[in-house]
Amino acid sequence: MITLDELLERDKKREQDGFKRKIRIGQIVKPGAGGREKIIVVPTTVEEKFVHDDIVPEQEQGEGEPTGGTGEGQEGDIIGEQPIRPEDGQGEGEGDGEGPGEGKGGAHEIEANAYELGKVLSQDFELPNLKDKGKKKVLARYVYDLTDKNQGVGQVLDKKATLKKIVETNISLGRIPDVSTIDTTGFIISPQDLIYRILSREKEYESQALVFFLRDYSGSMGGKVTQTVVSQHVMLYSWLVYQYEKQVETRFVLHDTEAREVSDFQKYYSYKVAGGTKVYTAFKLVNDIVEKENLARDYNIYVFHGTDGDDWDKDGKQTLAEIEKMLTYAARIGITIVEHSYVGSKQTEVEKYIQSSGLLTRREHLIKLDVMAENVDDSRIIQGIKTLIS
Amino acid sequence: MELVSQHVKGIMEECKVRARDAGLRFDDETLEYIVTNRDLIELSPKMMIPTLYDYWVHDVRVLSGKGMYEAYPSNPFETVINTRPAISYYNDNNPDWLNVMIFYHVLAHIDFFQNNLFYKNTWDIDLAGQALADKRIIAQLRSEKTRWLDYVIEFARGMDNLVGFHKNLNRTLLHDTPKKPTRTDFYFDLFLQKIRSVPQHEYVKEIDRYNQCKKESTDFFDQVTGRYPEFEELFQKQIAHKEPPRMDIMEYILRYSPFLKKDENEWMKSVIHIVRSTSLYFQPQMRTKTMNEGWASFWHENLFMADNRISGHEADYAKINASVTAMPKVGLNPYALGMRLFEHIHEMEDKGKYSFDYFLLKDAVLKKKYDTHKNTGRSFIFTVREDMNDFTFINSFLDQEFVDRHKLFVAGRRINSQNMTWQYYIKSKKAEDYKQMVINTLYHPPDIRVDADKTKDGILYLNHWFENKPLKFDFIENTMIGIEFLWGGPVHLETSEPKSTAQKDPRYTNFWDPSAPGTAPAPEALPIEWKRVRYVIKDRKLQKQEL
Repeated sequence: MITLDELLERDKKREQDGFKRKIRIGQIVKPGAGGREKIIVVPTTVEEKFVHDDIVPEQEQGEGEPTGGTGEGQEGDIIGEQPIRPEDGQGEGEGDGEGPGEGKGGAHEIEANAYELGKVLSQDFELPNLKDKGKKKVLARYVYDLTDKNQGVGQVLDKKATLKKIVETNISLGRIPDVSTIDTTGFIISPQDLIYRILSREKEYESQALVFFLRDYSGSMGGKVTQTVVSQHVMLYSWLVYQYEKQVETRFVLHDTEAREVSDFQKYYSYKVAGGTKVYTAFKLVNDIVEKENLARDYNIYVFHGTDGDDWDKDGKQTLAEIEKMLTYAARIGITIVEHSYVGSKQTEVEKYIQSSGLLTRREHLIKLDVMAENVDDSRIIQGIKTLIS
Repeated sequence: MELVSQHVKGIMEECKVRARDAGLRFDDETLEYIVTNRDLIELSPKMMIPTLYDYWVHDVRVLSGKGMYEAYPSNPFETVINTRPAISYYNDNNPDWLNVMIFYHVLAHIDFFQNNLFYKNTWDIDLAGQALADKRIIAQLRSEKTRWLDYVIEFARGMDNLVGFHKNLNRTLLHDTPKKPTRTDFYFDLFLQKIRSVPQHEYVKEIDRYNQCKKESTDFFDQVTGRYPEFEELFQKQIAHKEPPRMDIMEYILRYSPFLKKDENEWMKSVIHIVRSTSLYFQPQMRTKTMNEGWASFWHENLFMADNRISGHEADYAKINASVTAMPKVGLNPYALGMRLFEHIHEMEDKGKYSFDYFLLKDAVLKKKYDTHKNTGRSFIFTVREDMNDFTFINSFLDQEFVDRHKLFVAGRRINSQNMTWQYYIKSKKAEDYKQMVINTLYHPPDIRVDADKTKDGILYLNHWFENKPLKFDFIENTMIGIEFLWGGPVHLETSEPKSTAQKDPRYTNFWDPSAPGTAPAPEALPIEWKRVRYVIKDRKLQKQEL
């Protein structure tokens, strides 16, 4: 069976042959008890053919695709309702007493797959490695390991090192006149030549990253825009998992006209509403969380925001204020705007006010903006990641 | 993957006897294998044919299938493939008693494969063997041509939903001798009207004369040959004339592509041919899904309920059967729909309701009571399973009686902006609407053909015969790049699109905040106007031209 690596290798060759890449990185979210879901990364592809479009253009707006049904009732009867803005079950509204590290987003089961994908992204797609892994902010942790060497006594004989030492000794004693013909039977072995490994306490420095993923889930975010944003966020997440050797924690925030934190990626990925858009609420919520939980001290904080660029706050006054505040602690803010094809190339509100605020040049090492169209392929999405993290 | 034990095979053979007694017809030989869920994941991208050629897209599907299985384990009971001998797979998790029920289900599938006329072209083929031969050719070519082989597979598969399935079937069923016009037909339909273009009064006069001759038994054509000396020659020419065979796009490219004619590209033809014949093989299955599943469910229920091996498992059976054949409150289940429709047809025919007398009845009570005790339902459903496909099945038999009896309705879904909820409601209880909704879910590839007249100067011209369903735009470019590659020159595709840009203002503005009070009411939905457009691919660059 072919591996993901081989598939990507093959995909690279397509580009050389003048065809578009076809492998996309898909993700399946496996629900688990208590919000401990797994993200399973799988390759996907589509086989293009001439087919009828699923979207029926004459469908009345606000109407979903009709389907079959069975049961009692007259025409026009309402048979059920389903909330558009899903409730978050238990977790909603608390927020106190739960520090990072457990509960909420912290309890992510880090999936080997995400690490693998991060590796693939870093190597095959040439995403840059983090220059500064942020070692200043450290978590010191002790591990016991057979790393120290000791002459004479110890737990495990290091044969290779011992042999080296013996050769060294014998050369200095002049017992090896010709290096091409060594007679080992004539070696003299000193007790001090024996090298052992001993168990020792090691202090391990690890960098920690805390990533906030923010997503606009308002009504305008339908279809591809959301897919594109989520794809990019999954890849970003994977890349960070790889870069930080799995020491990454994630928090998820969704917003329409108000922001809320959701407990896991699945909810982050799947929730939809039909409301309006106030971007600042998401940034404000992150600022509040960071302040309340005192996160800035212990973590490298990354904030990534995905939106289609609509904002009721047209000049972005509130949003910019929150971003300014965020820039005081964040290691990086990356904003992705995925434009609807019907918007054309005209600038969206968010793009306009961010551009005109001058933040992108004034604080260019801290905040990045990436704008793409909704029907871009994976290579463009990855390109976008490069922009966001460069 | 291994054959079932002799004991289990024995059970299968018993089931065959009972199924035959009930009227099902199938070959004696069948092969049954026990498979694991993992095997099934690996088989499904290959349409369950273990010997199908290797292709990287299958591998991608297997990888994602495994991921999917990890997240959402599923446990399919069985799968049957239409080959000779018929092969069926059974999940190794199935308990023995369940396999008895599944055997009946499988036997009905095999009966369907081997008797439904839409499968006629597959009846003489050992698909597994054929596929193995193809797989070897592909493997051999891949070792020589490396990834270019896979590109050819990809591009050929880009067209493999447009194969001329019905045309091929016609050729087999009707022995494809297009009717030659008789002398009389030729004279009146073609010669007088098209060739001589005689005025109408003269035409009518000739008809009168023809009738006169008929009465007097004199030879009508005596005068004709006198008046039009060229008639006889033209008629002979017409009879000798052969209509050029209608080809699907793949056939056309195989025959006429200048690119494939080159010696160094000859090998691509066998690849395209393999892809095309594989696709043709699966066409009937895609077009009879509701019937096939309905038929199998109908029979497993009838046969298993009468089988003593159900005893002790009645409740288990009820549970499993319900999970397969229950009608969902909202949604569509082809197994359930097909099964109920067969039952319905059975009953309607038993009571003689497929008759003019019944049709004329307007009184609902009388209609309900109507029963001529015809009792021909059983043989009638066998005829239906032989002659129909999903479309004709649903279109002919899904009537108001059926909809009322099962309390079916079309369920609509709309946003309720006050509560921020999706609201499900009963949109229609009319059979016509329900039927249309079901028909819209059936397999129906677009009708795209080569326009031979416009195919010149190295350009391949494709014409989409439009059915008010636009093509999926995202797929057009890559599909055309593939066709351009195999054709070796520019490709044009004529199709239709909505006149106004889709997703125009109303949708956009309303998306801002449908919940906001005072939003202007949705504008009346206007009927869409269509315009013809032409996509042109040249040097792998796509362009759109308005026509």
